[in-house]
This record gives sequence, structure tokens and C-alpha cells, in this order.
Amino acid sequence: MKKGGKLTLEFQDISKSYPGVLALDKVSLSVNSGEIVGIIGENGAGKSTLMKILGGLIGPSSGQIIVDDIIYKRLTIEQSFGSGIAFVHQELNVFDNLDVAGNILLGREIFSGKLRLLDNVAMQATVNPILKRLGANFVANSLASTLSLAEKQLMEIAKALSMDARLIIMDEPTSSLTASETNILLTIIGELKADGIGVVFISHRLNEIIDCADRVIALRDGQVVGHLAKAEISKESMIQMMVGRKLSAFSSASTTTVGGVMLEVKAIVTHVYPNESVDFNVNSGEIIGIAGLVGSGRSEFVQAIFGIDKKLNGEVFIDGELLKESNSSHSIAKGLYLVPEDRKDCGLILDFAIDENIALPDLKSVSQRGLINLISQQKKAEQQQKNLNIVSPSVATKTVNLSGGNQQKVVLGKWLAMQPKVMIFDEPTRGIDVGSKAEIYQIMRELSEQGVAIIMISSDMEEVITISDRIAVMRKGQISGILNRSEFSEENILTLAVE
Amino acid sequence: MNKKDIGLLVLILVVAGIVALINPRFLSLINLSNTANLIGLFGLFSIAEAFVIVTAGIELSVGSVIALLGVIFIDLIAVLGVPWPIAMGIVIVIGAFLGRINGFLVTKMGLQPFVVTLCGLLVYRGVARFYTNDATAGFTFGQSFPTLEWFIAGRSFGLPHSFIAFLLVAIIAWVVLHRSVYGRHLLAVGKNEKAAEFSGIKSDRIIIGAYIICGTLTAISAIYFAMYTRSISPSSHGSFYELYGIAACVLGGFSLRGGEGSIIGVVLGVILLQMLQNLVNLLGIPSSLNFAVMGTVILAGVLADQQFARYRERQQIANK
Repeated sequence: MKKGGKLTLEFQDISKSYPGVLALDKVSLSVNSGEIVGIIGENGAGKSTLMKILGGLIGPSSGQIIVDDIIYKRLTIEQSFGSGIAFVHQELNVFDNLDVAGNILLGREIFSGKLRLLDNVAMQATVNPILKRLGANFVANSLASTLSLAEKQLMEIAKALSMDARLIIMDEPTSSLTASETNILLTIIGELKADGIGVVFISHRLNEIIDCADRVIALRDGQVVGHLAKAEISKESMIQMMVGRKLSAFSSASTTTVGGVMLEVKAIVTHVYPNESVDFNVNSGEIIGIAGLVGSGRSEFVQAIFGIDKKLNGEVFIDGELLKESNSSHSIAKGLYLVPEDRKDCGLILDFAIDENIALPDLKSVSQRGLINLISQQKKAEQQQKNLNIVSPSVATKTVNLSGGNQQKVVLGKWLAMQPKVMIFDEPTRGIDVGSKAEIYQIMRELSEQGVAIIMISSDMEEVITISDRIAVMRKGQISGILNRSEFSEENILTLAVE
Repeated sequence: MNKKDIGLLVLILVVAGIVALINPRFLSLINLSNTANLIGLFGLFSIAEAFVIVTAGIELSVGSVIALLGVIFIDLIAVLGVPWPIAMGIVIVIGAFLGRINGFLVTKMGLQPFVVTLCGLLVYRGVARFYTNDATAGFTFGQSFPTLEWFIAGRSFGLPHSFIAFLLVAIIAWVVLHRSVYGRHLLAVGKNEKAAEFSGIKSDRIIIGAYIICGTLTAISAIYFAMYTRSISPSSHGSFYELYGIAACVLGGFSLRGGEGSIIGVVLGVILLQMLQNLVNLLGIPSSLNFAVMGTVILAGVLADQQFARYRERQQIANK
């Protein structure tokens, strides 16, 4: 096993075909030690296939992989691991019931004695120096359940280092991190680079690529469509390569005229911050962005308004009418809808078909005397499929088989098939490709033009600044400030978000 | 019918064909009629069980409830002289109420269904034995209820009434689970309770409803069993019936993780289980092997289903 030291990795004309689909088409690229390579591309561009080949999970149909001057037809998982290639995945595989050392050394635990009991002392002695090197503010015997998302991400990186990785592949490592947490991660990536470790950084967040990458490779439809050297990296150049056209949605400003108060929230107290209360108004036709760090209580706040998270206190008025009950069913009946952050676990029932998901919140509209009319259900869904451009062979397709962007459109379809007065979007474009993002922004615009009051929580600074008419910044369960359009800037938002 | 149902139907036909070839008595009118009666009796509570399993729950107290409600029913009509339609009403209301309690404990108190109904299994069995002082409850000599006996244990068009009742219940259950708004909510809550709540479904109500349906159907089943056996020894009557019910559901494609399954599947599952029992008798297999045969067939069925599912998945991936 080659560990430590330098590594060169080269892909030569790698193709991967599945019946009917060419997932990768003669892709060539190389990564060297001490270099950060950004890989960009819309969903379905071939990034994950490429990473699976690199990790040894699948073999390419043709082409060759050269690691340290050894030529492979395909890598096995053992060869990939043995060459010092490590992955930090988008979805974290953290065992909350174990401590940090247990997580990092999972499957490689250190034993002692004839009974092969766990040697906790030795395990901590192995892990702590790595954590120290990363500047982590937690230690080997901290429980994983007490870590924040960013700290868990750091733990994954520590795991990669503990295997003496020479090349670390990071797949959307910042998708669940806030701006400040992202900055810490980017700093650490810089330090890894200085230590001679190669990093492949896959992200939809182009600013991060600009900040850290030495080179950028863009993939589209399974092909490498462009290389950018450090000096050429800019947002416009990257977007252009990814989509092959210029996008206008990124510079669209609101043209809507704002109406009267549609949503009024008085003295809402959530269980995460029982000592803080929030008052808040959103006007008809207005988009309010909620910025803030993860843990600032943003999601809990909107879920309390919606009635999913039981609020401790407070009143919600829609169009001047008080919500008498605090539950999602009552909120929905009054025209208050929520597009949740976690679309796979809260937004959709993945095993249900598109039409079953779209009809779910309002089955009455497709049923008579308590019995569902399957044809009405299908028609209702087909209309949304057309409106929202949901790409799928039919509305009978299970949503689990859709891409992230299309899944999110189905979630939107649930609510657009009804009459929204207030729509809350919690991280509506997380992990979604650039094309679908633009479509989702367009839908939000159209809704606001129809007079819907919109709240959008987002950790993507640029998104908040582009889309919002006003920005409310939350900090520790409170609204620490509200910015008007003329005051929008990343600095102003950050100042309010941190202490 | 989905692919699983068709697979199960084919299995039933194959087993029936083999048994009929080896022992033609399988197809005799008397044997078919007896088997149909048993299918009806066991089918009623299997459908009851299905409604709880689809919520990702489990109901272990079915057998004990059948014993308890059985002795209550016989006591009401044979000892207390309550008119039988009223006695039936009382028993069904008690069944629904017991289901309501289970539903309350599972949703509002947040207890695990396994634990709640395991306690039910012990408690109701104990209460049934105490109720009769551990004596067998039955009718005294010469006592008879001709209308009730015809209604519950009689035959029309050669079909046992228990079987007809089972078919009616199955049809209604099919409509409820697969075509009604309530059924859709039930599948949604069973599959992903959190997502269902985000869609405005009051999951607690839906789940409590499932336990009430289960309790009600179990009570109906208890009446049929009471009139079928005509005497109930409270320490053994209905023992292990919950396991028959669960087995029928699992064979019928219900996942214990909830949100999956078809009523047609349960019906076929019940038919297969009763055929297996019948087969043990007809083929001269020692009756002590009864459970062993059942267990083996269920395991083989579930295993085959799993392998088919994997095969289909691989085909799908290969086609991508």
C-alpha cells in the first residue's frame, strides 16, 4: 500500500456506457499532489459516474487509469483505497451513537489483549493528533451526536487523513454548511494542499470553486467541455461551460409591486430557543429571504409557523385571519404551504408515484365521496408536469427515480396545484443543478407576481441576495436585522448573522 | 393485481394441483367447504392485522382478544340472556374500544406497537381466564340459537357464511385501502410519517383509525370463532392466531416497515396458509409438523420474492 508521498492520477479516454446511454464519453483528466481541481457540471453530467470509477465501484467500458505510473483497465475498491484515494461524500455517513474516534476508525478499530477488546486509549491517541492538525474544536471522545454538520464534515476529512490519503475527493462537501463553516472548510482544504495532498472538489457553489480551485474541469453530457486555468476561473465562464448558454435568471431583479400584509407572525417562540420570540410580516407579492447560520433557528421558526414543529407560544395571521389551530393540516387549509429543506424525507414520499405525491395534500380535489378518482389524479399531475417541466416518462413514475431538480419540482407541484397565499421555501435549490435552479427561481417570481407572499430560507448568499425583496437575518432564534434591497451585501448579512 | 399477487396465485394453483393429484379428496365438496370455512375465519382477523401492519405497526393481541371477546359473547347470550344482535353489537364496540386504546398508546403516548400489543396479549388472555374462572365457556345442553347459528355458521349456495363474510370484508377493505382517501393517507403515513405530516395529514388520527379497524374486525372474527367452536377454553382459544395473521400479511406482500401491501395479497396469503394445513392432513404428514411446514413455506416464499425483487432491480440497472 502506497501511502504518504506524491501521487499522480490520470484518466485517459475513459468511457462508460450503459445500454442506451453513454454516461462518460472519452473523458481525460489528471490530478497531481498539492493541487485542487474543481469539477463542475449539472446533475447528470457524469460527475458521479466518474467518481464511482475512481473509487473502484464500477469499471469503465474503455480507456485506462494511470496511478503512479501503473496502468489499470479498472480500479478495484482495494486498489483505489490502497493508492491513498479517499472520499468525503455529500451525504455524511456518521454514526451518531459512536464517539469521534469510533467513527473515524470504524472497521479499523485498535484491539488489545487476548479478548481483542477495544483499546480506547490507543484509538484516541491515533485520532487526536489528526484532529489537532485540522484545528478541530472537538476531540476523539466527543460524541458524534454533539457535533454540528460542519464538524461532522471535518470528522470525515479527518477520517480520510487517518487513512494517509494522498488524494481526497469531496463531493458537494459544503451543501449543508453555512457561509462561515464553508470558509473554515476552504481554509482546511488550502492547508491540505500545502501538505501535498491532492483534492478534487465537486460543487454547485461556484464561489467556492473560485476561492479554492487551481484548475476547473467542466463536464456536460458525459464529456469534458472545458478546462479553466486559475486565472480564467470566473462565475460567468463556469456557468457558460456548464450549461452551454448564458443564464439570465442570475441577474433578474424583482419587478413586482408589493401589496398589503399577507402573513403576520406575532411573538412566535420555538422549542429550540424558548427564551426568544419573533415578530414578522410578509406582504403580498413580496419575497423575503431568511439568512443566518445553521442552528440560528430558521427552519424551526418556519416549521413553527407552518405547525409541524409545535410552537411554544405565538399567533399566526394569514390575510388578517388568525390560525386557530397550530398544525400543518389547518395551515394548508388556510393557504399556507411549506416546501421543506429535506425533500427526500419530508417533501416527498419517495416510493409514491409523481401523481400520488402531487395529489397527496389535496386528495379531496380528485375524489368523490371519499373515493379517489385515479383519472382525475393523473390529469391533475399531468397539468403540473407540463407547467413545471418535470422530466419523466409519465406521472406514474416513482419519485425515487427522478433527479434532485425534478423531485423538487414535484414538491412544488403539490402546492401549485392548490391556491397558495403564503409559500415558505426552506433551502429550495440545495443540491440542484443550475438549469433547474433557474426554473425554480422563475416559479417563485411568478408566484409573487400573482400576489403570493414568499419566505425563502437559504444558506446560499448569492441566492438570497438575487431573489429577495427584503432579507431577514436570524441569529440564535432572533431576527437580528432586516435589510432592504439597497442594503444587500454579503458583508451586511454576515455582520448580522454572526455575533 | 400486482406481480407479487400473481406469483402467489400461481403458487396456490400449483400446490392445489399437486395435492389434488396425490389425494383426489382435496377436491371433494366437503373438504372444499371446510377449508373455505377456515379461510373465512382466519381471513377476517388477517385483514384486521393488515391494517395495523400497513402503518408499520404490529398487533400481537389478536388471539387473546378473540378469546376474551369470545367468552364475553357466549356469556352474554348463554348466561345473561342478552338478545344476540345486541350481544354482537356490544362485543364489536368493545373490540373497537380495545383498538382505540392501542392506537392511543402508540400515537399519543409514543409507545412501540410491539410492546403495547405484547402487553395486550398477556392482559386480555389473563382477563379472559379470570372472567370464566379458567373454566370452559359454552352453551348448556339443549340451548340453541337457530337464527344466530344459521347467520354465523350456516351456508348459502353451498358457501359457509364465514367465507362470505370474509369476501365482503375483503372487498370493502380493498376499496378502503386502495381507492379511498383514508387508505391513501394510511399508505402515506405507513411509508413516511414525517412527509405525510408535511402534506397536512394528521398521522395520529390515521394510525388510531387503523387500530380501531383492526379491533372491530377482530371482534367480528371472535364472534365467528365462538359460534364455530361453540365452547371456549380461555387458556388456549385463539392462541398464536396473531401469528397466522402476520404470516398471511407477510406472504401477501405486506412489509413490516409499513406502507406496502395489497388486500388481494392477504386474501391469497390466507388461502395458501389454510391449504397448507389441509395438505398436512390429506397427505398423511404427521400433524405435529404442521407449524414446520407453514414456517418453511413462508420462509421460502419470502426468500423467493426477495430474489425476484433483486433480479428485477439488476435488470433495471442494466437497462439504464
